[in-house]
Amino acid sequence: MAMHKISVTINGAVREAEVESRLLLVHLIREVFRMTGTHVGCDTSHCGACTVVLDGNPVKSCTVLAVQADGSKITTVEGLEQGGKLHPVQEGFTEKHGLQCGFCTPGMLMTTSALLERNKNPSEQQIREAISGNLCRCTGYVNIVKAVQYAAEKMR
Amino acid sequence: MIPAAFDYHRADTLDEALKLLKKHGDDAKVLSGGMSLLPMLKLRLASFAHLVDINRVPGLDYIKEEKGTLRIGAMTRQAALERSDVIKSKYPILADAVPLIADPLVRNRGTIGGNVANGDPGNDQPAIMIALGATFIVRGAKERSVAANQFYKGLYDTALARSEILTEIRIPVPPLKSGGAYTKLKRKTGDFAVAAAAVQLTLGKYGAVERAGIALTNAGLTPIEAVDAAKYLVGKMPDEKTIAEAAKMAAAKSAPSADRRGSVEYKKEMARVLTARALHKAVQRAGGS
Repeated sequence: MAMHKISVTINGAVREAEVESRLLLVHLIREVFRMTGTHVGCDTSHCGACTVVLDGNPVKSCTVLAVQADGSKITTVEGLEQGGKLHPVQEGFTEKHGLQCGFCTPGMLMTTSALLERNKNPSEQQIREAISGNLCRCTGYVNIVKAVQYAAEKMR
Repeated sequence: MIPAAFDYHRADTLDEALKLLKKHGDDAKVLSGGMSLLPMLKLRLASFAHLVDINRVPGLDYIKEEKGTLRIGAMTRQAALERSDVIKSKYPILADAVPLIADPLVRNRGTIGGNVANGDPGNDQPAIMIALGATFIVRGAKERSVAANQFYKGLYDTALARSEILTEIRIPVPPLKSGGAYTKLKRKTGDFAVAAAAVQLTLGKYGAVERAGIALTNAGLTPIEAVDAAKYLVGKMPDEKTIAEAAKMAAAKSAPSADRRGSVEYKKEMARVLTARALHKAVQRAGGS
């Protein structure tokens, strides 16, 4: 079985690994790099708990091969905080009670931080559409939307 | 879930990808966006000894109008189509459909080439391509083109040979007084259609239908082209009664199977309703009444 030497920049640090073809990106992140902030939820590309930002785009890391990320830049939830300061979306989720159990939160944070990179002033509809691939089974999204609006205001 | 073991090959050029496909024959599968293939491999509904990744092949990602043809590269991501001004302004049938495909995260990876080449009747773009009268450009030992309405042979069975790659989609630029629409009923974001209808019309000088393309998604083992309904419309004024009759004819062509999305009767009825709605929308967009 062919092994592949890959190199990725994850949260600003270059990391190398030797991976099997079938290793999924989420497993590279969690099990090889031991960064467990990214969650495995449904494992079928529905729930979005495993969302990471890959070369600027939020994607479901359970549905990308690790070897496909070779040479790419990845941001995970661990990379949002900068110099001990929470990212505005993290602050928003704290301030507006955007989570209960917290399982979907890493994915929500990655999708919404990427949204705010692209759109500084999203409407409620645009926020809801952006998170339509991230499922939350506790809060019912109302506070998540408020958290993103809070972050958007903070970032403007 | 972990896929069965396979060997991954990253092609850096189209020729390299074709060489790999030729070498590994039936054991190889092209990996484009992977949004259908990887879940299938993980669920072990499919397995291939070799995956040939064409994500890094340059020159397969573009949307451009040239000499009366809209050319879309096979590796164009759904997200790029969603943001494209050309699509938004001139191809409402696609602009309707793309935001309804899967979810935004999946659309960041998923490609139009994968969507049309996959051969899953639940994919939305095959019916749209049939309605638009599109042609697929296929590269193997040599290049050939296949009309969208000749491409689908059965469930996951298309005119594409294992040694070939679909590289481009060509859509005739719609003439003046054209309009299209895609109407889709789905239970929730991320689900396939319960039923969906793709319609592309061109109206003549006096408002009668000059050309019509109608096709249905998830209404059988392949996308269903409603040839009779389209023929019926040509030469007629697209009024309420004519549209109702055409929608009925289209639904009669559908052959859905019962599943958790509904019974056969329900799905056929939805195909009728959605076709009528798409026809109304398309007529309106074509500047008819």
